[in-house]
Amino acid sequence: MPTMSFAPAGSAVPRQGPPVESPSIEGSVTADRIYRLSLLVFALCVPLLMLLIFVEVGAAAWPALHLFGLSFLTSSAWDPVKGQFGAAPAIVGTLLTSVIALTLATPLALGSAIFLSEFSPPWLRQPLSFLVDLLAAVPSVVYGLWAIFVMVPILRTGVMPFLRDTLHLGATPFFSGPAYGNSVLAAGMILAIMVLPYIAAVSREVLMAVPRAQREAALALGATRWEMIAGAVIPYARTGIFGGVILGLGRALGETMAVTMVIGNRHELSASLFAPGYSMASLIANEFSEATTDLHVSALMAIGFVLLIITLIVNGVARWMVSRMGAEVRA
Amino acid sequence: MIDAVSLRGESPNGTVPPGEANNAMSSLALDAYFGATHAVRSVTLDFPTNEVTAVIGPSGCGKSTFLRCLNRMHETVPRARVEGTVMFHGQDIYGPDVDPIALRRHVGMVFQRPTPFPTMSIRDNVAAGLRAQPSERLSSRQVDEVVERALRQAALWDEVKDRLKTSATGISGGQQQRLCIARALATAPHVLLLDEPTAALDPISAQKVEELVYELRKVMTVIIVTHNMQQAARVSDRTVFMLMGEMVETAPTRRMFTTPSDPRTEAYITGRFG
Amino acid sequence: MSTAAMSGSAPRVRGLARRRGVSIVMITLTCIAAALAVVPLVVILGYLLKQGAGALSLDFFTHMPVPVGEPHGGMANAILGTLLLIGLASVVGLPVGIGAGLYMAENRGTGLANLVRFLADVLNGLPSIVMGIFAWQFLVRPFGHFSALAGGAAIGAMMIPLVSRTTEEMVRTVPQSLREAALALGYPRWRTSLQIVLRTALGGIVTGVLVAVARVAGETAPLLFTALGNNFWSLNLSKPIAALPLQIFSYAISPYDEWHAQAWAGALVLIVLVLVISILARYVTRSRHGGGGD
Repeated sequence: MPTMSFAPAGSAVPRQGPPVESPSIEGSVTADRIYRLSLLVFALCVPLLMLLIFVEVGAAAWPALHLFGLSFLTSSAWDPVKGQFGAAPAIVGTLLTSVIALTLATPLALGSAIFLSEFSPPWLRQPLSFLVDLLAAVPSVVYGLWAIFVMVPILRTGVMPFLRDTLHLGATPFFSGPAYGNSVLAAGMILAIMVLPYIAAVSREVLMAVPRAQREAALALGATRWEMIAGAVIPYARTGIFGGVILGLGRALGETMAVTMVIGNRHELSASLFAPGYSMASLIANEFSEATTDLHVSALMAIGFVLLIITLIVNGVARWMVSRMGAEVRA
Repeated sequence: MIDAVSLRGESPNGTVPPGEANNAMSSLALDAYFGATHAVRSVTLDFPTNEVTAVIGPSGCGKSTFLRCLNRMHETVPRARVEGTVMFHGQDIYGPDVDPIALRRHVGMVFQRPTPFPTMSIRDNVAAGLRAQPSERLSSRQVDEVVERALRQAALWDEVKDRLKTSATGISGGQQQRLCIARALATAPHVLLLDEPTAALDPISAQKVEELVYELRKVMTVIIVTHNMQQAARVSDRTVFMLMGEMVETAPTRRMFTTPSDPRTEAYITGRFG
Repeated sequence: MSTAAMSGSAPRVRGLARRRGVSIVMITLTCIAAALAVVPLVVILGYLLKQGAGALSLDFFTHMPVPVGEPHGGMANAILGTLLLIGLASVVGLPVGIGAGLYMAENRGTGLANLVRFLADVLNGLPSIVMGIFAWQFLVRPFGHFSALAGGAAIGAMMIPLVSRTTEEMVRTVPQSLREAALALGYPRWRTSLQIVLRTALGGIVTGVLVAVARVAGETAPLLFTALGNNFWSLNLSKPIAALPLQIFSYAISPYDEWHAQAWAGALVLIVLVLVISILARYVTRSRHGGGGD
């Protein structure tokens, strides 16, 4: 124990430390204020950008929306010369291609997510996840290029005749008509590849977030490994998985380039998936630079506005579902 | 206000001179809050210059919060609030003209866990405080001198002098903590606040830090918060006992541990609670 | 709930062989699904290599596009344009993205931080074609001409959500104790934030930035009505500018085989650029974990 050096009254211990001049502790906090303010300005850019997009696109869409009212959504007339615009074929085409995409992609994405989270040997998990994630990094235009020159010819000469004639699905209205290749089906298929990594990534994250106790409880009841997954893991994770599918839907709805390159770009409502069609995004991409009248531009803006609203709702729902699972997902 | 300085109601010893000539710091009726929680309750204390004062008390007694009020770190926590006065060299550090940043350069602080900056080398860590002072532009050689002095003061120089340029996260936990002390010493603070500086260290590292604290009072005033009573007894000149946010008793360390005047202090130091 | 769902099937011991069989079949199916999920990437990369490498030559990197029938056409201007657009996008997107991310991390739980986070997520899901027509309406229509600036701003805006969310997450991983240590040393808040917190989180933020760059490098739709494309060498930011994705698009939908070959070559260059950035991003993250931290 050290000796007490507690100084009695009047006999201060001499200071050997730094000079005893009274230190200045006055200053200003201006720099901090400027810094905080600039961060605030940067942060405000995000709501501002959102607002600007809404206002600018909404204002540009207003003439067409005002003129056609609700019939803009239900009419299938599209005649720039006569000034008739209806978005129904594009809306239906968008929904149809997205549904095809999700139908094809979800089982694959979910299956691969289950494999990666449950069965994969640890050494394979990282590289395989990375490869699936890389699918999301391939630019849309590259998918489109590949689809035009590789996928569509196979569809035209192989898959479509097979579906129509060999499987006799041509008897139904959905797979009838000539096989052009460029079609709603082609767009849906390339979209399936494009949304696959998003659904797979979210599902994987959500499945990995299922607590061990859930699995062990099931195994303790005598479940096989598959029963454990089907009975305990997937039910626990289903909201998040569904959120991932919805997130994929959001991507599919707005995807532009690849769809534009293979959907065939035709304003017609047809029950056949072999027929060419339009999606909202591809309609804009295809006609925007050729739109000569103000009304035509406004009608395309209106389609963009409708697409904006739909994707906002879909993404909002998806984020909410995934965040309920407590999994952070950046897809 | 002046009356308040000499108001040392709870000190039965009466040996401390009134006024602040010998006090590096004094708190007057200091209250601290976290939202609605009243963490520190009207604490009035003097910290005599060039002494080591230990603040002891059970977990949650407000001792760390009190310490963090002395360099205005408490207010960096959301919803935290301070009321009262802390005098430092004749100024109330909670006065309107006081810049907490300027204050913190004179009142250094070391935390429970070592906090070396992982992106900086050992040398740059020690010099980090110097760089925080934009007014002083030191040459590289001057910085080297300050770094060496601080590291010697922290008894770390011999262990790291050959690897000053390497990452600060590459040394042991005990060395990291002494590095943090050196970093606090580099700016030559008048007061050094230590918040349970050995809690995360092994016994041998802890002993080194204790020896260091004992040496440091030759050149500065040290206030150390600890839950370890033996440590308080070993390193401090005065001890303060806090309980539930209140300052229960303050006395020279030897007296505190032999003949405490408050029954609660006695209960605590004899191990009946906490 | 989930264990209750199990109780119907689990305790039965009869039919165990069948249940085991089902299990094995399903596990095999997931294995096949995982394999199939990788097939598109392999196939697409294979075609790109096969078709693209054949059309690639030095001319491709050094020459301008030429009319059909002329030899030695290249995409030098488009490669330059894409790099220029990425630069412009970074100038727009990085300060705002990193600044907004820092704001969210340092003001966690406040209403504005939550709003910014939500809107960043919403923006992340915004169709790129909508960003394109917005940029046209906002930055092209009022000025009466297409420009590289408008294109760069459009894809820069697309970087903001990704960069801001990654920045926020990475800054959150910096321990509070490090902030306190800096503040206690007399660092002002702004220097604590920039010199200690941001610097410590830098590895992760760089990864986020690279991911964002990789994503916008291949963006086409936002450029269609802003940067427009250009068959000539141009460094003028207020004029239309060529971009690799735009060039690939227009060549791909053209009826000429030569241009198709050029499109494949362009796609190969683009994908190599994107993959290199993506893999680099991964490498940065990994090396950061080795570099220690608190």
